[in-house]
Amino acid sequence: MGLVLNEDESLLQDAAEGFFADKAPVKELRKLRDNRDEIGFSQSLWKEMAEMGFTGVLVEEEYGGVDMGFMASGIIAEQMGRNLSASPFLSTAILAATAIREGGSDDQKSRWLPKISSGDAIIALALDERAKHNPDNITTTAERSGNGFKLNGSKAMVVDGHVADALIVAAKTGSQEDGTEVTSLFLVDPNTNGISTERTIMLDSRNSARVDFNEVEISGDALIGNIDDGEHILRKVLNAGRAAVSAELLGAGSQAFESTVAYIKERKQFGKIIGEFQALQHRASHLYSEIENARSAVMAALTALDKNDDNSEDICAMTKAKLGSVAKLASQEGVQMHGGVGMTDEYDIGLFMKRIRVLQELFGDASYHMNKVALSNEY
Amino acid sequence: MTNLKAFSLEVRTWLEDNCPDEMRQPITSDKDICWGGREWQFQSKAQKIWMELMAKKGWTVPTWPVEYGGAGLSRAEEMVIKKEMKRIGARSPLDSFGIWMLGPALLKFGTEDQKKEHLPPVARGEIRWCQGYSEPAAGSDLASLATKCEDMGDHFIVNGQKVWTSYADQADWIFCLVRTDNTGKKHHGISFVLFDMKTDGVEPKPIKLISGRSPFCETFFKDVRVEKKNLVGVQDKGWDVAKYLLTHEREMIGGQHEVAGSLTRPLHELAATVLGLDDGKLSDTMLRSKIAETEIDEWAFSMTLTRKLAEAKAGSSLGADSSMLKYYGTELNKRKYELMMDATGHDGLEWESDRSSDGKLARTWLRTKGNSIEGGTSEVQLNIISKHILQLPGA
Repeated sequence: MGLVLNEDESLLQDAAEGFFADKAPVKELRKLRDNRDEIGFSQSLWKEMAEMGFTGVLVEEEYGGVDMGFMASGIIAEQMGRNLSASPFLSTAILAATAIREGGSDDQKSRWLPKISSGDAIIALALDERAKHNPDNITTTAERSGNGFKLNGSKAMVVDGHVADALIVAAKTGSQEDGTEVTSLFLVDPNTNGISTERTIMLDSRNSARVDFNEVEISGDALIGNIDDGEHILRKVLNAGRAAVSAELLGAGSQAFESTVAYIKERKQFGKIIGEFQALQHRASHLYSEIENARSAVMAALTALDKNDDNSEDICAMTKAKLGSVAKLASQEGVQMHGGVGMTDEYDIGLFMKRIRVLQELFGDASYHMNKVALSNEY
Repeated sequence: MTNLKAFSLEVRTWLEDNCPDEMRQPITSDKDICWGGREWQFQSKAQKIWMELMAKKGWTVPTWPVEYGGAGLSRAEEMVIKKEMKRIGARSPLDSFGIWMLGPALLKFGTEDQKKEHLPPVARGEIRWCQGYSEPAAGSDLASLATKCEDMGDHFIVNGQKVWTSYADQADWIFCLVRTDNTGKKHHGISFVLFDMKTDGVEPKPIKLISGRSPFCETFFKDVRVEKKNLVGVQDKGWDVAKYLLTHEREMIGGQHEVAGSLTRPLHELAATVLGLDDGKLSDTMLRSKIAETEIDEWAFSMTLTRKLAEAKAGSSLGADSSMLKYYGTELNKRKYELMMDATGHDGLEWESDRSSDGKLARTWLRTKGNSIEGGTSEVQLNIISKHILQLPGA
């Protein structure tokens, strides 16, 4: 139950597989990179994804979405991972859609959710600030100011922040009696005075931004959910994000693995197909086993989210840890087994290694999540 | 699905009414595991009652047809029973190689007479079976086995030696791979025969292992008479039966880890008890991350077991994936016991004290080293994955 795709999910998988292989294969990413594309992804692809219902996969029908749930969102993300398809799916369709759905006011919902569904808005999550993901340790503040708030601080790794129509900003809004600081979420126009944005082109040819907030005045209705209560919305957003990134890692890792197996069936050395060598066979078979476990983990995480399971947070953490390690192994073994050509830009395996490196880091690497799981189990 | 729900309720009520309290306690010694058989000494009255009640329901072998001692249930219904048993911590009523291995082979390859003769006593725990597969010169390369089986017209005569026959000294019958023809390729000429361990000329000798225990034997055959009706499948084509049975063995070994895991305390609890916490974290921080990694791998693997069973239920067969489960499950189990030894440090090294229950952990740790050897080594499983799943050349 849940670990095997049902009929609707299988149909969606077929549709997504065909769509991304056709519209956004690896060579499209190469084009965007080589042409130094202004925004780093194709607007028309994003529009077509909207027509397919992909952008509104987590949006309720009354706001124009298809509301198919997390398993469906993971199926789409996996296919994007397989093809290294560039789009604001993660930032907008997963993170922003979840944040606004979970915490947004009626006004925020009716203003933004239909635009997410139609592919007319890109919304980025401005959460992390330092070299490593650590949502418990942010220093950006939002102080009361008149009827609104004043934002100060710096954000980094704001995925798609360079083209966002709105930013979802996590900021400290005070502390509880015991001294622990509390977080609130704000929906902010990036053109507001005091905000400066720097596009950061990452090693996978995808884009994030560093965003600075200097005495930024925002109105009270920018708040998402209740004041000081951002954490529980953020938890849901991060669960969704970690599961989606894991699904994309599954796609990228599987594709890296499969193309490697195909390569070692062709390449000859010492008068033999190198796939005949047991040294490679056993490593490939080990990797196969790990990818099977990775797939089980991803399906379990997406199912937990769809069921609103009490253990969702732990399950998503275990999944992100597992996928980080397995996809990394797939890309490393992939480059090694490709030999010299694995080091060339011409072959795709290197591009997979780069994308996997970024996804591994996003919303916590394996070490972060192992620690999280340990703490949650009281050790 | 609604049927399953109703069934699950029925199972729950029945178990509540019938499972003795003693049989809901965690297993503490080998004797708590009921193997059945002619010579079996029940550990307690409760163990006997529990086995007999479950056998009467057909729930020692839920998926076997009713006429052979089962309950004719689906795999999904069997999972319900397992789940409900787990819920109240019920022990397995009966474990046996007859259930795990001979049964599936006979159900697929046996004649009606063979099924009727051999399956019900297995289901009722009356006959305990052992497996005669490996030989001194046929381990990973099982098909090169040489135990000779001569066709004497109305019967066979078996001569040779098996090794690693689990509990052969306690078993009543053996299912055995023998060579009926050695003129062709090694996979040809193998036959699958059954005989009573009390037959003249059968001699099992226990092998002492590094754990100090002797769960395995060397078993010698000298002019052992085997009736022709005890040939399973076609003469000289026993490799088909053997292969089929090995798949079951792999699933069993791969899946056992989950069962074992549910009976032992989680790794991290053991480590926390022995080593203590420092500011909420295990004091040995290097060990802590290894434990977290292993527990996450265990969780993911348990999801794979669930997923593969669900896929098989939906109509696809496990096939070569049983090699993946065997490989990964056993390697994981070894990793886990290494960490348990790390966590228990000096305490885990005690071999004979009451404190250590006579070195229970240490002996189990040593026993796990065999997990990745028996039933086909890890390397053999990786070969099978390479050949049948990845379809790599020359594998």
